[in-house]
Amino acid sequence: MYIIVVGAGKVGWNLARELLDKEHEVTVIESNRRRYLTVEQELEHNVSYGDASELWVLERAGIQRADMVIAVTGDDEDNMLICQVAREKYNVERIIARVNNPRNKSHFDLLGIKPSVSATDLILRLLEHEVPEYGLVHLLDLQEEQLEIIEMLLGKDCGVTGRRVGDLEMPQGSLLISVLRAGKGFVPGPDTVLEVGDEVLAVLDPGHEEQLKTMFGPGGNGTGDGGG
Amino acid sequence: MFILIVGCGRVGSSVARAMLREGHEVSCLDEDPESHARLEVGLDKGWEDLGGQFTVGAGLETDALLAAGIEQADAFIASTDGDNTNIVIAQIAQRRYEVPTVIARILDPLRAEWYERQGLNTVCPTRVAIDMLETAVREGAPRGGTGPDGGSAEAA
Repeated sequence: MYIIVVGAGKVGWNLARELLDKEHEVTVIESNRRRYLTVEQELEHNVSYGDASELWVLERAGIQRADMVIAVTGDDEDNMLICQVAREKYNVERIIARVNNPRNKSHFDLLGIKPSVSATDLILRLLEHEVPEYGLVHLLDLQEEQLEIIEMLLGKDCGVTGRRVGDLEMPQGSLLISVLRAGKGFVPGPDTVLEVGDEVLAVLDPGHEEQLKTMFGPGGNGTGDGGG
Repeated sequence: MFILIVGCGRVGSSVARAMLREGHEVSCLDEDPESHARLEVGLDKGWEDLGGQFTVGAGLETDALLAAGIEQADAFIASTDGDNTNIVIAQIAQRRYEVPTVIARILDPLRAEWYERQGLNTVCPTRVAIDMLETAVREGAPRGGTGPDGGSAEAA
């Protein structure tokens, strides 16, 4: 694949290294002269100097034949517009944008820049994962597909432990897809009995998180009606 | 008409004053509190005394846009010193807040042209300068003919 990476900061540089390792063809575009010279010592002809906000710089890097454009500069406006132009003007099939300030995420969505990746969000998710008191961890949003995957840890006072999966009244549009018990994962059947300490994964239509949280949280009654 | 101007530099502030003079409601948004002073250049009263509005904040901040009155705006002018900021906030004004008239100042002629074709109303000062210079050269002032320090010696 031919991939253009915009921004040779820590993220861009390391990304380019990995992609080159995986035998992709890569051009990194960097607008800071000093940074460019530093990175160029290692990446050589795979890095190009210029402001990728300017169309001719993108064209010089061969955007017309790029399979993917990844914008990871430290500037959200730049990342948004580079991806917008890549997709809408040059018909690049795949784009990925970095969100520096999570509050700008809605602007990326508005301009249709998907997927966009925010380091703050990733760390928050990790935090939720490491600190189970949060109850429910958002693992994955499949925006196009309108699905979410979440993880829940069943605590001591959880209302569904000791019960058969088949007896649970799961809310419509949600499904238990796996149970992780004592380090081993399996797909639960109707006869699987949930235990304290189980980590369960569920896939659901967006908007059902609260119902599931109530159901699988402390004192939940195993019905999806949100009553506790 | 309620006009929201983001970016209160030389261009933004001049347009703001002109619009206020014509009797429009004008609200300005700028990151730099000092830019308020530029609004009052040549005015004998304060900006607010004349009915103007001024908000400190960045054009990308939703709260700042709301405080500056984007939801009521009939016209939106993006005239910060950054092309990228202007293009992004103009599209936000257009798509999210459905402001009827949206104009973005874009210095880069290539992108101004492309975004214009995408339905964004753009003003490109660079393009204007290029056209004027080309015209001036083509219409061929004889050497030094129009220069301020006179070309009469040459012309003669």
